Amino acid sequence: MRTANRTAVPALVRDVAAIGVAIVAVGASFGAVGVAADLPVAAILAMSALVYAGGAQFMAVGLLAAGSPVAAVFAGLLINARHLPFGLALGGVLGRRWRDRLLGSHLITDEATAFALAQPDPAGQRRAFWLAGVGLFLAWNAGTVLGVLLASRVGDPLRLGVDAAFPAGLLALLLPALRDTQTRRVALSGAAVAVAATPFLPAGLPVLLALVGLAVLTLPGRRRERAC
Amino acid sequence: MLIAVILALALGTYAFRFSGLVLRDRLVLPDEVARLLPMAAAALLAALALTAAVTEAGAFAGFARPLGVLVGVVLAWRRAPFVAVVVAAAATTALLRLLGVP
Repeated sequence: MRTANRTAVPALVRDVAAIGVAIVAVGASFGAVGVAADLPVAAILAMSALVYAGGAQFMAVGLLAAGSPVAAVFAGLLINARHLPFGLALGGVLGRRWRDRLLGSHLITDEATAFALAQPDPAGQRRAFWLAGVGLFLAWNAGTVLGVLLASRVGDPLRLGVDAAFPAGLLALLLPALRDTQTRRVALSGAAVAVAATPFLPAGLPVLLALVGLAVLTLPGRRRERAC
Repeated sequence: MLIAVILALALGTYAFRFSGLVLRDRLVLPDEVARLLPMAAAALLAALALTAAVTEAGAFAGFARPLGVLVGVVLAWRRAPFVAVVVAAAATTALLRLLGVP
């Protein structure tokens, strides 16, 4: 997708909406799972609004239902630790105003980061971040409300294939960056390490381990010249 | 107890998000290092996408999901619009599941 190079707002709105629909579906499933786990409605809604991190929320509800509240916190935070390097990469994008930083921080997600970094210039990055950030926050919370209201009538989102929508969307947003040789080598080797480590490590850690992909930059470049 | 769990998760997650952002401004990074930050984010996002595409709870996710993602990536590679990428990936996976592919 080279949508990334198009900074036009209507195109951006359409792209964010495509992921937003999938996020509403998963948010609804979170709301329904929360109701099924006997969590108070206020707690389910508060989680989506205050934690605002899908993977960690599902993990936390599962562990709370299993009676391990401390594990719920630690497992959730381990999954969310990747937001720190996302914040580092987004640094300049959110601007220097404290209001923007305080509010923008809360809107940092995988998708908002990917939408922002896919843009070629700082103005486009800022626009993409806020559009995706606000849009997806509303989608996630609206989905959660829907899930709580409909509870048992929410179908399994897997039947709609939304679990394939997120990786495909992220990879599509990454493609322009991957045209840079060094970025491609770092990203692909990091991703390979993460996939290989996934069966052996707790959720969250394999993704962080992808940072070792940066080590390929220290390897000497492939050289073809031979001493003759 | 429930409130404490939610607040701890919320504050901890916010702290990760906010501290990355603020650190970036406080640290005076040489260009060489600053150049690495988008690469690090790309590595994390690629890892997230690939692990989400092929694994579920630490094991193989089955064929339906990775095949759907593959269709999406091929379309993206062929410069299809983003919406088409996302919809095609989901539709492929949904169809495969309908046909009984795990």
